[in-house]
Amino acid sequence: MKPAPFCYFAPRSIPEVLSLLSKHGYDAKILAGGQSLVPMMNFRLVQPAVLVDINNIPELTHIQAGKTGLQIGAMVRHRQAEKDPLIKEKSPLIHETMPHIATVQIRNRGTIGGSLAHADPSAELVVVSTALEARFKILNEKGERTVPASDFFVGLLMTVMEPEELLVEIEIPPLPPRTGWSLQEVARRPHDFALIGVAALVTLNKKDRCEGASLVFLSAGDGPISAPEAAGLLQGEVLTSELIIAAAEKASADEIDPGNDIHATAEFRRHLANVLTRRALEEALTRARIGK
Amino acid sequence: MDNLFSLSVTVNGKTYQRSVDPRTLVSDFLRHDLGLTGTHVGCEHGVCGACTVLLDGAAVRSCLLFAPQVHQHEIITVEGLGSIEELHPLQEAFRDAHALQCGFCTPGFLTTLIPFWEENPHPTEEEIREAISGNLCRCTGYQHIIDAVKLAAEKMNG
Repeated sequence: MKPAPFCYFAPRSIPEVLSLLSKHGYDAKILAGGQSLVPMMNFRLVQPAVLVDINNIPELTHIQAGKTGLQIGAMVRHRQAEKDPLIKEKSPLIHETMPHIATVQIRNRGTIGGSLAHADPSAELVVVSTALEARFKILNEKGERTVPASDFFVGLLMTVMEPEELLVEIEIPPLPPRTGWSLQEVARRPHDFALIGVAALVTLNKKDRCEGASLVFLSAGDGPISAPEAAGLLQGEVLTSELIIAAAEKASADEIDPGNDIHATAEFRRHLANVLTRRALEEALTRARIGK
Repeated sequence: MDNLFSLSVTVNGKTYQRSVDPRTLVSDFLRHDLGLTGTHVGCEHGVCGACTVLLDGAAVRSCLLFAPQVHQHEIITVEGLGSIEELHPLQEAFRDAHALQCGFCTPGFLTTLIPFWEENPHPTEEEIREAISGNLCRCTGYQHIIDAVKLAAEKMNG
């Protein structure tokens, strides 16, 4: 037996889940896809007394176009999202993000909600949902609340969610017209954790000037790391190569905080961030120009 | 042991009923409880791909699933792909193209490649490399595995 013992529950409805979470509080862990949790349990880094398996709840697997955005159930698996035509149409950035996430065996099991609730700063979805200003629908026994991505992630593997709360849905608001997107990353092997990466959004106005830009980095600190100053350099401007280079310099030098480890030095990660930011802005700009 | 979970699972077409400690990993359940030792256990944290099985047709890591999670589901392991007398075409191609040396990783490669190949019967080399990127092999350098997939595709497509 690799993991420490636990009590296992497989509730069939959301109210049952909430009741179990309310009863067991900090002793309970939610088992979604399990692709991050189970390795940690196998190493006994995590030893929950109670495991609440939410794999048997059909209400958490919807993908639908709502009035205020694309709604994705927390238990939608990465592979399902990767192949879903509605996600491809409504949120091409989410669609393009999927193949970057781990390997196909992991994507067959891993879930959108699980990845977000785990809040690993090297997770693509954490960063992309922040760039897209996604909203997180969270329930407990008393009611629901909706939290914007900018408030959801509060630190390394930490979110605003309380132990008795369940993430049920992620809503992606539509992008403004003439908005281009890009996700760029470097990993030592395809599908491994990225050394660094960046999601970029660029919106152009009718005069081809930058109406708004967003840069969010992965593996660059304790959470998704935004670079508002670099993005601010672009605001209202015509996006020349010189300006893109300046923004990439700014973000990689001043706004990210990558670490040193056996895979890469912080300095090398900053270098990569600089190059990737340029590529991401250029790709996003090209797509914004051809957009409606 | 208290807290046992009674589970019913179909493996390679046969339904089994067992009572298990919920923390039993599916990889261990297959090997120890059912005696199906074709599924190999490598890293036990989802990196090496050796324990890959088909769960309701999709390739998944059996070391990252608890046995109760496969209750009322269907698993296919390497034992369910073909028999010694009648190998699966992909197994045949692995043999013919020397796609294994020690063979430890092979069950994981086969179970990973079968859904891939069914979905994409004419894969490019790049697509094959992508498909097997979640499986580690320390003997072959992967080249013969790629050759095997190409060989299987050629045979099946005429």
